[in-house]
Amino acid sequence: MSGNIIEIRHLRKAFGDHVIFSDLSLTVKKGETVVIIGPSGCGKSTLLRCLNGLEPIQGGTIYLNGKPLEYGRKSLVKIRQKIGMVFQNYDLFPNMTVLQNILLSPVKVQKRNRREAKEEAEQLLEKVGLREKADAYPDALSGGQKQRTAIVRSLIMHPDILLLDEITAALDPEMVHEVLDVVMELSRNGTAMLIVTHEMAFAEAAADRVIFLDGGRILEEGEPQAFFHSPQTERARRFLSAFTYSES
Amino acid sequence: MEGYEVIFAGSNFIRLLSGLWVTVRISLISIGFSLIFGFIVGIAMTGRSPLIKALCRVYLEIVRMIPQLVWLFIMYFGVTRMTGLNLSGEAASVIVFTIWGAAETADLVRSAFQSVPVHQFESGRALGLSQFQLYFFVILPQAVKNLFPNIINLATRMIKTTALISLIGVTEVLKVGKQVIDANRYDAPDAALWVYGAIFLMYFAVCFPLSLLSRRLTERKE
Ligand SMILES: Nc1ncnc2c1ncn2[C@@H]1O[C@H](COP(=O)(O)OP(=O)(O)OP(=O)(O)O)[C@@H](O)[C@H]1O
Ligand SMILES: [Mg+2]
Repeated sequence: MSGNIIEIRHLRKAFGDHVIFSDLSLTVKKGETVVIIGPSGCGKSTLLRCLNGLEPIQGGTIYLNGKPLEYGRKSLVKIRQKIGMVFQNYDLFPNMTVLQNILLSPVKVQKRNRREAKEEAEQLLEKVGLREKADAYPDALSGGQKQRTAIVRSLIMHPDILLLDEITAALDPEMVHEVLDVVMELSRNGTAMLIVTHEMAFAEAAADRVIFLDGGRILEEGEPQAFFHSPQTERARRFLSAFTYSES
Repeated sequence: MEGYEVIFAGSNFIRLLSGLWVTVRISLISIGFSLIFGFIVGIAMTGRSPLIKALCRVYLEIVRMIPQLVWLFIMYFGVTRMTGLNLSGEAASVIVFTIWGAAETADLVRSAFQSVPVHQFESGRALGLSQFQLYFFVILPQAVKNLFPNIINLATRMIKTTALISLIGVTEVLKVGKQVIDANRYDAPDAALWVYGAIFLMYFAVCFPLSLLSRRLTERKE
């Protein structure tokens, strides 16, 4: 088996006549942190959603650990345990406490022992600095705390890869850091991740590889240092320059 | 005899209470059926099929457009005659109130489900929850929270509207009241105010606890 967690080959995705990807290929290796950047509407979210079966695809194959994904009901449930996802919106369930949110899928989907799962949940909460919030309801949490909880809720499934879709985009600036710290730590520990973000400094620090997506294609791909400081394409240069303020 | 004495004279009070029981019984049965059918129709309305959605919409609009009293007449005098079916007034009432209540419940259920944000569905799916688990653990508890006070308000409305069924010959509390008043027309000409006053209190006794409950639930929500 190759060391690829995710391998996308010739992905085709369209909404009706609106083609998002006509032929997209991409791999994520074991332990690799891949950051996807690109202009709004280029299909970053759609790509992540295809990976865990929230969007049907119109062509190509996605391999998870070398096995092609199937989209039947049963296999989707399996896929989603292997591929964790955190969204931009605070998507905790408001009718459950932090701990109940985290325990729902290990206990109900994975049928794990509740006590064992609870112990792990508490350890994970400790790691992200939320141990004392275990019994709080999402309403009582700040945006940053919610997103850290959402990360824990994914991690407890022991996914092979974590998909993060602009998880700090809706946060107040002072809370962005605490969330990115958690992600950074995961990256260092070798959790495979596919991250969509507009936080360029973070992307540069965390990524093993950066992918620049535009017009449904990968326009540029490479090491973060190289990409951010000497982008090869004009399109990427222009995109990146929008993120640095300079007086004209 | 003084007007207020009429209320407790003979078996009058017992008769009024048993009239009230008819009101409450018809209401309860209708509300029960309304909830069952309303949930089914309401969930169908949130589904994918545009045809089913359109049919449910038409049903709801038609039921709403025509006054309940007209429905009662249609059911009791019209349908019974036409089909030769021998419906009692009480059965006709239950049918009409169920048709109405189910339509209203369905609309409440639909809007309660639709008020749950899309990303709640998606993050549930992304966690690997099955359709049943998603609805049972995540969506339903959120939907019901909005739904409960509204359902109780609907129930209160239905109870009050049952007053109409006296017009198709069902001896519910209002009808009993009228009989009592008529029987005492000469002994106690001012009985009407007292008897209707008593009925007022009876309705109040049934509806007020519901209204309290609804307010409690709404407050807890905030
Ligand atoms: N459910 C849908 N139906 C139709 N079109 C859609 C749907 N979801 C997304 N699109 C379209 O697909 C394109 C890609 O959307 P997507 O959300 O993936 O972009 P994005 O790169 O994540 O953008 P952003 O940075 O703003 O989040 C957009 O043009 C969008 O309008
Ligand atoms: Mg997006």
